Amino acid sequence: MSVDTNMNVLIVDDYKTMLRIIRNLLKQIGFDNVDEATDGSQALTMLREKNFGLVISDWNMEPMTGLQLLREVRADNQLKALPFIMITAESKKENVVTAKEAGVSNYIVKPFNAQTLKMKLESVLGAF
Amino acid sequence: MTLSHGASTGLADKLEQAREDAERPLSREEVAEIITEVVMSMSGDLTPLDLKVYKELNGLAGFIQAARHEIAEIRPQEIGSEYIPTATDELDAVVMSTEEATGRILDSAEQLMTIAGEQEDAFQEKLTEIAMAIFEASNFQDVTGQRITKVVRTLKHIETKIDALIGVLGEEVERSKAEAHAEGEGNGKASDQDLLNGPQLPQNAIDQDEIDRLLASFD
Repeated sequence: MSVDTNMNVLIVDDYKTMLRIIRNLLKQIGFDNVDEATDGSQALTMLREKNFGLVISDWNMEPMTGLQLLREVRADNQLKALPFIMITAESKKENVVTAKEAGVSNYIVKPFNAQTLKMKLESVLGAF
Repeated sequence: MTLSHGASTGLADKLEQAREDAERPLSREEVAEIITEVVMSMSGDLTPLDLKVYKELNGLAGFIQAARHEIAEIRPQEIGSEYIPTATDELDAVVMSTEEATGRILDSAEQLMTIAGEQEDAFQEKLTEIAMAIFEASNFQDVTGQRITKVVRTLKHIETKIDALIGVLGEEVERSKAEAHAEGEGNGKASDQDLLNGPQLPQNAIDQDEIDRLLASFD
């Protein structure tokens, strides 16, 4: 079964430029329905209001970080199965381990390229 | 260190007498006698250990005084009030200008994608590939921005420590500041070297139109 690229994707980053880059790369890969949030708390509100098939989030944001958002998502019965990819400049081993323990679906280190993003999407969602 | 009671009473009497006889200068013998009495009374109270401790403390006080003076000479107040704020402002300007430049690059890449959509297959693919490469390359801005933010945070930490140092040094720093001010007065005209500190921060810069108006004002 192929992935539905019409699904709603939520991207979360406090750098508007990065939101724009991820949106364009997703569009090129085939995902056109992309919404944006600039921190974890805004993202959490949006996730509870609309049906999303994927979250791609930065880590280092205020007031709610990407890790806190991930923990909130995994603790929420309605959202806990939602695929969640972290895209971050935090590249220490302990960061990756912490994110994995919190339930992250995959982890991309900035700067990244379209090929890496596509591979991670396929590993989380399946081939498309 | 105190004078012994008997010695101090005798010395006090002699000093009182000397004050009363102030109209009459003391003879060399009388001065020598007073000094000898002071020295003798002091030595009576001091052990060799006291003298050694006194010497060490004196040396330590001299060392501390010299260190304070040397630190003040470095003018730490300039680091806290001038250099670090300038450095952080410059770094903030770097982040802002690269963000603006990246925004313009992305505008062009998005236009390229739109044009690509209107082209034949092979050409469309090539243009899309170029636009994607631009998007990929542009995510440097987020990483450099975060690195610069970390540097700014470190500089602000150093600034706090320097402020604490200035608080401890107090008087010496004020003296050094006054000296720096006096040095800076000069003839009031900027030297060639003073003029070389660009690029200016946006709030300190004038734009091309203002430059043109300024140049025209000389005509």
